Amino acid sequence: MDRSIITVTGRNKVGIIAKITTELAAHNVSIMDITQTIRQGIFNMMMIVDTSGSDIVFDELRASLGALADEMGVHILCQKEEIFDKMHRI
Amino acid sequence: MISAGEVLETNKMIGEENLDVRTITIGISLLDCADSSLERTCARIKEKIWHYAKNLVSVGEEISREYGIPIVNKRVSVTPISLVGAACCKTPADFVQIALALDEVAAETGINFLGGYSAIVSKGMTHADELLIESIPEALSRTNLVCSSVNVGSTKTGINMDAVRLMGRIIKQTAEATRENDSFGCAKLVVLCNAPDDNPFMAGAYHGVTEPDAIINVGVSGPGVVKHALQSVRGKSFEVLCETIKRTAFKVTRVGQLVAQEASRRLGIPFGIIDLSLAPTPAVGDSVADILHEIGVEVAGAPGTTACLALLNDQVKKGGVMASSYVGGLSGAFIPVSEDQGMIDAAECGALTLEKLEAMTCVCSVGLDMIAIPGDTPDTTISGIIADEAAIGMVNQKTTAVRIIPVIGKTVGESVEFGGLLGRAPIMKVNAYGCADFVNREGRIPAPIHSFKN
Repeated sequence: MDRSIITVTGRNKVGIIAKITTELAAHNVSIMDITQTIRQGIFNMMMIVDTSGSDIVFDELRASLGALADEMGVHILCQKEEIFDKMHRI
Repeated sequence: MISAGEVLETNKMIGEENLDVRTITIGISLLDCADSSLERTCARIKEKIWHYAKNLVSVGEEISREYGIPIVNKRVSVTPISLVGAACCKTPADFVQIALALDEVAAETGINFLGGYSAIVSKGMTHADELLIESIPEALSRTNLVCSSVNVGSTKTGINMDAVRLMGRIIKQTAEATRENDSFGCAKLVVLCNAPDDNPFMAGAYHGVTEPDAIINVGVSGPGVVKHALQSVRGKSFEVLCETIKRTAFKVTRVGQLVAQEASRRLGIPFGIIDLSLAPTPAVGDSVADILHEIGVEVAGAPGTTACLALLNDQVKKGGVMASSYVGGLSGAFIPVSEDQGMIDAAECGALTLEKLEAMTCVCSVGLDMIAIPGDTPDTTISGIIADEAAIGMVNQKTTAVRIIPVIGKTVGESVEFGGLLGRAPIMKVNAYGCADFVNREGRIPAPIHSFKN
């Protein structure tokens, strides 16, 4: 298991999740959990994904999501899970 | 499973509150580079530093990308050069050749700074120590990345007043040698008492002789995060205040611990310590002075400031020690003036004076840091300031330091711009009464009675 957290924020529009999940599926990245809210027109999403079966390395995944972010005009972060685990779990 | 709220909190700390890892510093022993030939010594030094540090920058950037946390500096600290060069350096100019070699290899590796152009002379100076100290003005004016430090005292040995007197002159000469750049050389030179062997922060970092061949030390930061957390407990009791600082320091340190472990694993170099320091930057909001304001003093320097800082320093340590098994270096709150917008404002409005800063250094983790003073300040007065700081360190069994910049050609009312993380410093007023007769006495101040613990 090699878990990463993907967060997306930005102005809401149709197809944000569709585009991201299509990209993840294309690289065999498995989605383990997903939460999403829209507050005052701002789209917020967090995904926990498993990249252990992926055909690309972490940096490439980050870059491909970065390209999607530019295309859709949203902000996407992709970070390995340990930073959150370390900070919030004893 | 991590919750969305936790992810949001971490990313807010990074994105809005300036959370970062301030430095990954590789400590490298150069003891085995010593040779009777200066040329061979320089060649071996370059080879050894390159061997351990060649991947430091790329690994640091890789970790930064994967976890989404900025790692601001990648640095190297080395064995005090007065030891390494003792066998081959016969003049100060010989030591300068080593400084140039260090600068060259530091630039090749792409690191931000290299520390360890140092001499540890707490009790006395060897001939090599004296030569190195004499070479500091030229070495710092001819290099970009080399940092220098001199340890002039300790609780165990007392204060070497001959070295204190010498450093007053050397600081002024360094200021003169770099006068074209607002005496910038002095920003890379620090005089310490009780200097730790494993400090990852500049300019005082060196790799002590108690250390292994190579080691990773990580310095964390996060004044902005602490300040933000305290905004939510305004008016609450000291218990709530302390709890909030501890909680925040814990979280910040855990990130440092993760980065240190990863850097250690990827570089194949053992992990040494985490330095839990609140290191401010000139960025708005990333200020220790702002934390003091948030605790309740109107401006840093107002009555109550020393108590606020004592509380802050202690809670940072208490929160941090639980987050990492190996804590070392300086660990606490830094109070540099030029690197902290809140301190700059406080100095400019007259709330913060050199004397108040001295009082604050009794309870913070280091000392008088990045303070610009008039360029015509006498050498003996600078030595007096160093002696005062060293005395505080010696008696209180803590590290103290002086990184003071006599800006040649400038005086009170003017300011100096160093740029980047080093920031901007208003020239601060120095007490005009002299101490030459005190400083010119020869020998050393004996160790205090409470140092005899055997």
